[in-house]
Amino acid sequence: MVKLAEWRGKEIFRKYGIPLPPGRVVRSPEEAEAAARSGEVPLPCVVKAQVLAGGRAKGGAVRFANTPPEVRTAAAAILGLEFKGEKVRELLLEGKLAIARELYVSITLDRSLRLPILITSEQGGVEIESVPDAAIDRQPIDPFPGLAAYERRAAARSLRLSGGPAKALDGLLPALWRAFQAEDAELVEINPLAVVGDGLVALDAKVIIEDDAAFRHPEYAEIRDDRTPLEEIAREKEIAFVQLDGNIGVIANGAGLTMATLDVLKEFGGNPGVFLDLGGTDDPKKVTEAFLLMAQAKPKAVFLNIFGGVTRCDTVARGLVDAMRQVPDADRFPLVARIRGNNEKEGVEILRAAGITSVPDLKASAQAVVAAAGGPA
Amino acid sequence: MTVLVDAETRVVVQGITGHQGTVHTRQMKAFGTQVVAGVTPGKAGTEVEGVPVFDSVRDAVGRTRANAACIFVPAPYAKDALLETVDAGIPLVTIVTEHIPFHDMLVMYHYARSRGTRIIGPNCPGIAAPGKAKVGIIPNVVFRPGRVGVISRSGTLTYEIVNGIKEHGLGQSTCIGLGGDPVVGTSFVDALPFFEKDPETDVLVLVGEIGGTAEEDAAEYIHGHFSKPVVAYIAGRSAPPGKRMGHAGAIITRGRGTAETKLAALQKAGARVARFPYEIPGMVAEIVAAGSPR
Repeated sequence: MVKLAEWRGKEIFRKYGIPLPPGRVVRSPEEAEAAARSGEVPLPCVVKAQVLAGGRAKGGAVRFANTPPEVRTAAAAILGLEFKGEKVRELLLEGKLAIARELYVSITLDRSLRLPILITSEQGGVEIESVPDAAIDRQPIDPFPGLAAYERRAAARSLRLSGGPAKALDGLLPALWRAFQAEDAELVEINPLAVVGDGLVALDAKVIIEDDAAFRHPEYAEIRDDRTPLEEIAREKEIAFVQLDGNIGVIANGAGLTMATLDVLKEFGGNPGVFLDLGGTDDPKKVTEAFLLMAQAKPKAVFLNIFGGVTRCDTVARGLVDAMRQVPDADRFPLVARIRGNNEKEGVEILRAAGITSVPDLKASAQAVVAAAGGPA
Repeated sequence: MTVLVDAETRVVVQGITGHQGTVHTRQMKAFGTQVVAGVTPGKAGTEVEGVPVFDSVRDAVGRTRANAACIFVPAPYAKDALLETVDAGIPLVTIVTEHIPFHDMLVMYHYARSRGTRIIGPNCPGIAAPGKAKVGIIPNVVFRPGRVGVISRSGTLTYEIVNGIKEHGLGQSTCIGLGGDPVVGTSFVDALPFFEKDPETDVLVLVGEIGGTAEEDAAEYIHGHFSKPVVAYIAGRSAPPGKRMGHAGAIITRGRGTAETKLAALQKAGARVARFPYEIPGMVAEIVAAGSPR
């Protein structure tokens, strides 16, 4: 999942013809002042931190300015701020508009319906989660005909738009739908969508691009979500790796088994901190790499819980034995292994030869690793 | 026909010449499945594991009367492979391929549905009925014929649980791994009616995960339409909350989608809830021993 900063989202909106306020991105107070002086950004204007977290206005990451020196001051105040863990490196300057109403419009996927869904509300400008259900309208979209004219009219009615703004919505919704499809988005959201004079303007943009479509969107490759350095290495090696607080490392295969393992460890007072999902692999080298990565995270103990399918037990055992030879002494950790399923006998034998016992029972193996990590928390 | 597959199931493997396609063709055959054809464009006339390879699904169906498909082709080509399967008139297809963009899957699902093809998956282990047929990749070692049905959104966790049922001395009627992607061809609600009607299934094990509302939807269906006893397990009770779909997603699932809401809904629908995978076989055995519906 790639979350785009507001300005990147707006670049996408621009591509599809969604109306935006006049503005530009700047990266220094000097650049901000110059943009205001040249008239490129009309005054008065709004200065917005380009961070992914919400609640920017409340958190002091959005300011208003009336003159070029004020723009510079506002920019200097926001740039470099630490906002909910993100450092502000970019600002979006936009001319302030005379807003009559603030609406909400988004398209996302409804998993249960297995259809995209158009979500609208008259109560824009606030987090949509805080809007009461009754004030939210939902319209499923069939991907074959796309968003029909009657559905667009229904949206205009539910937003109580008529005349110019209703006409503007009729043009905007197909554009938003095209952006959702063509950019492989999980979410395209305009909040607020402002009624300005006789038309509509997207004051904010939230666009989330789906990871699985990366093969046809090389343009998003350099935009990364925040990852720890180890998570980044894991990503390059195609190992699912998540680092949280906790002292037990878990290496499993498959998301469901990883989660079930976590549930069991917690039950016995364990505090799992690093999760490494091998996925489906029959390459012992990948297993070795996974273990070396795990060693770098310095867990107090590691639980290897594998159910062999595509990933066979003997493959995992070979990779593990190889890794244990390579892990530096300083990074060694107690290990509890449980390998079941395809080629279990061969795998268990390989481990036994290397002095590692596989504990077949899930409960017993989980208890053993919690004890190895220093007992229940 | 038990649940979707039986001894008459004749499988065509799409992407049979790839590594996974070849390995699992061998495994499906070892399970006792009739694997009658493979498809890899440009490889017609060759054989893989004794199975003839064709250039197109249409050719394969014409020559071998295949009536089920298993897709292993890489994600960028999976949509095309599925459309080809549907157009060749195959009624059941398991898509093993992972990382298919959900926008592709939306088109695939609705296209298949409008033409009467059922998709299992994508990113899933598929379906297996011990002693009959397997269309997918669930390891053969976990099975033994019996009367417990299993439906699951997980992969390896399904194997773990199915194996646990076997080790407890019970067996399975049909097991379906539905896959956990945002858009799946067959959901719990879609699969439940088959198990309700299946004379060979006495008890159903439902394995869910946090995220989405498939389990809540299943609970609603079970409450009104499912008469057999159900044992449910939801993985991820202690996982940090997922944020996959962002805020707009949260308002679709409003107040649902957590382990607690899923477990509560299933319990209310009359299902027995296991807290850990290893509790499932014992619960199933108790129900079997009691011999009465819930």
